[in-house]
Amino acid sequence: MAKVTLKGLSHSYLKTQSSDADWAIRGVDIDWNDGGAYALLGPSGCGKTTLLNIISGLITPTKGDILFDDKVISGLSPVERNIAQIFQFPVIYDTMTVYDNLAFPLRNRKIPEEEIKVKVHEIAEMLELSSTLNNRASGLTADGKQKISLGRGLVRSDVNAIMFDEPLTVIDPHLKWILRSKLKELHQKINRTMIYVTHDQTEALTFADQVVVMHEGQIVQTGTPVDLFEKPKHTFVGYFIGSPGMNVLPCKIKGNDVIVNGKKIETHQEIKKNNFNKTEVGVRPEFISFSNEGIPVKVLSVSNTGRHKIVDTESETGKIKIIAKSNEDIPSGSAFLKFKKEYTYTYGDSWIIE
Amino acid sequence: MNKTVNQKAWFFVIPVFVLVAFNAIIPLMTVVNYAFQETFGNNVFMWEGTRWFKQIMLSERFHASLGRQFLFTFIILFIQIPLGIAIALTMPKEGIGVPVCLVLMSMPLLIPWNVVGAMWNIFALPDIGFLGHSLNALGFDYNFTQQIGDAWFTTILMDVWHWTSLVVLLSYAGLRSIQPAYYQAAEIDGASRWAIFTKIELPKMKKVLTIAILLRFMDSFMIYTEPFVLTGGGPGNATAFLSIDLVKMALGQFDLGPAAAMSLIYFFIVLLVCWVFYTLMMRNEEKS
Repeated sequence: MAKVTLKGLSHSYLKTQSSDADWAIRGVDIDWNDGGAYALLGPSGCGKTTLLNIISGLITPTKGDILFDDKVISGLSPVERNIAQIFQFPVIYDTMTVYDNLAFPLRNRKIPEEEIKVKVHEIAEMLELSSTLNNRASGLTADGKQKISLGRGLVRSDVNAIMFDEPLTVIDPHLKWILRSKLKELHQKINRTMIYVTHDQTEALTFADQVVVMHEGQIVQTGTPVDLFEKPKHTFVGYFIGSPGMNVLPCKIKGNDVIVNGKKIETHQEIKKNNFNKTEVGVRPEFISFSNEGIPVKVLSVSNTGRHKIVDTESETGKIKIIAKSNEDIPSGSAFLKFKKEYTYTYGDSWIIE
Repeated sequence: MNKTVNQKAWFFVIPVFVLVAFNAIIPLMTVVNYAFQETFGNNVFMWEGTRWFKQIMLSERFHASLGRQFLFTFIILFIQIPLGIAIALTMPKEGIGVPVCLVLMSMPLLIPWNVVGAMWNIFALPDIGFLGHSLNALGFDYNFTQQIGDAWFTTILMDVWHWTSLVVLLSYAGLRSIQPAYYQAAEIDGASRWAIFTKIELPKMKKVLTIAILLRFMDSFMIYTEPFVLTGGGPGNATAFLSIDLVKMALGQFDLGPAAAMSLIYFFIVLLVCWVFYTLMMRNEEKS
């Protein structure tokens, strides 16, 4: 068990770097507490797997340091770092039984067979693999195999951190739910630092206490699921998290006033400076309501999801989505929108203005 | 998904069937014909029943060449399979080295078989050949045309040179298809290099290795041209493998009946060994 710290971490797969785009990840600083559950969330290609492999030691970063419990471990091999990692595709040793698969990491570390037996049975019990222990691992279904991968990560009681690289990709949706709650349950039971990489916001938000959102190799926001939802620090976080994502509209800033489509609106922040190339206003569909005055829009379509209605409207400078109650009457044709002040933010060059 | 039943599709099989009939089935039937009858030419045949089969099965000459054949095949499999895997493991995985190695490895496979025989014959000549001359200069009494051990050594060396590449290429393809995650997981599990080889690489290569062993078994069991050009089966009968012996019997002595019976027995041995081997290797595959 360990506290994980990343300091000024950058990595490039190229020999020389000329622009920001040449870096897979750049300038990453992270502090993760011992025993926490963390998620790295971002779209494909944002660098989250690279970051994970750097922490586990499979990749050596171009710049920066990795610390476990405040000790620099950048030069150590994965074995010396004593971490566990579960990959996207189930990795099992085909020729071995389920028992031997689970025992493998322990046997490699020359742990007495008696101790291995206790440990393997304990983990198998937790993962509901006990009845298949003597079967050949290659005969199992995809989720059974992924449970074995998981088991091999959990079987060592002294690991510093357990890392998951999109472990539920190949699992059927209904089993995904089961395995996910299993993971959460395991985390509470064994209380080890867990780092979970995913592009699925539901997985990240349900698993982790703290979610790190990555975009083009950078961390754009770190926070609890509620923070990310209620106060996105970057427009990317706004539309990546939430369904549908945040509405982002261009705005003008005159003095202290924020003007959208010629109308002055109220936002959460007080505007103190205005030296940006691009200014925008972001507000989630959940925090917009129809009103008698405000931003004029044209209602385009309404789709009912059962729980609520999603209304597509068009304003002078772009489309705006609204989430309304399923029993609410939606005006047709022209309408006016009102943004909830506390959840409306102004962004300068995509970052929140503070 | 349901497959459409279309009996007309059989028409598409006809060309292949005709082709196979002419180059395999009809000649084979001719052999079957000879195997049960005696002929003195002029298309006159007499029924002999299983006489030729009994004769071959009891013949010491057949036992000897069959024994030589198995010995040869086992030796070359024993050398080529591990050597092929070892070379494949050391080949570069990326960069310019990959195509260079692949092309170099393919070279021996591209040389016609009788050219291989002729090359090695000259290469190994004790007086002027590079190999033969060097060995003698180093103090070895080497003469593959007169000494049985030397003849075997040269034949095996030639076959290893000619065919190990095939095993290398197949093994390399098998190794390249292993997902990097397996190596990463093994690294994290603390597996030794040997454990990675036995627990990941070998099991993952099982299918290509099965193919490699089958191909090498069949080809080496039917080897003819190269030893024929290199040693002509000699000295004496020391390197007269089954096919060389068979040709001697059929075309040298013109014993068509026994030669035909021997061909069929030969054919069934190859078929049987391949079937047993393949079934054993694949018996666990169904389940997974």
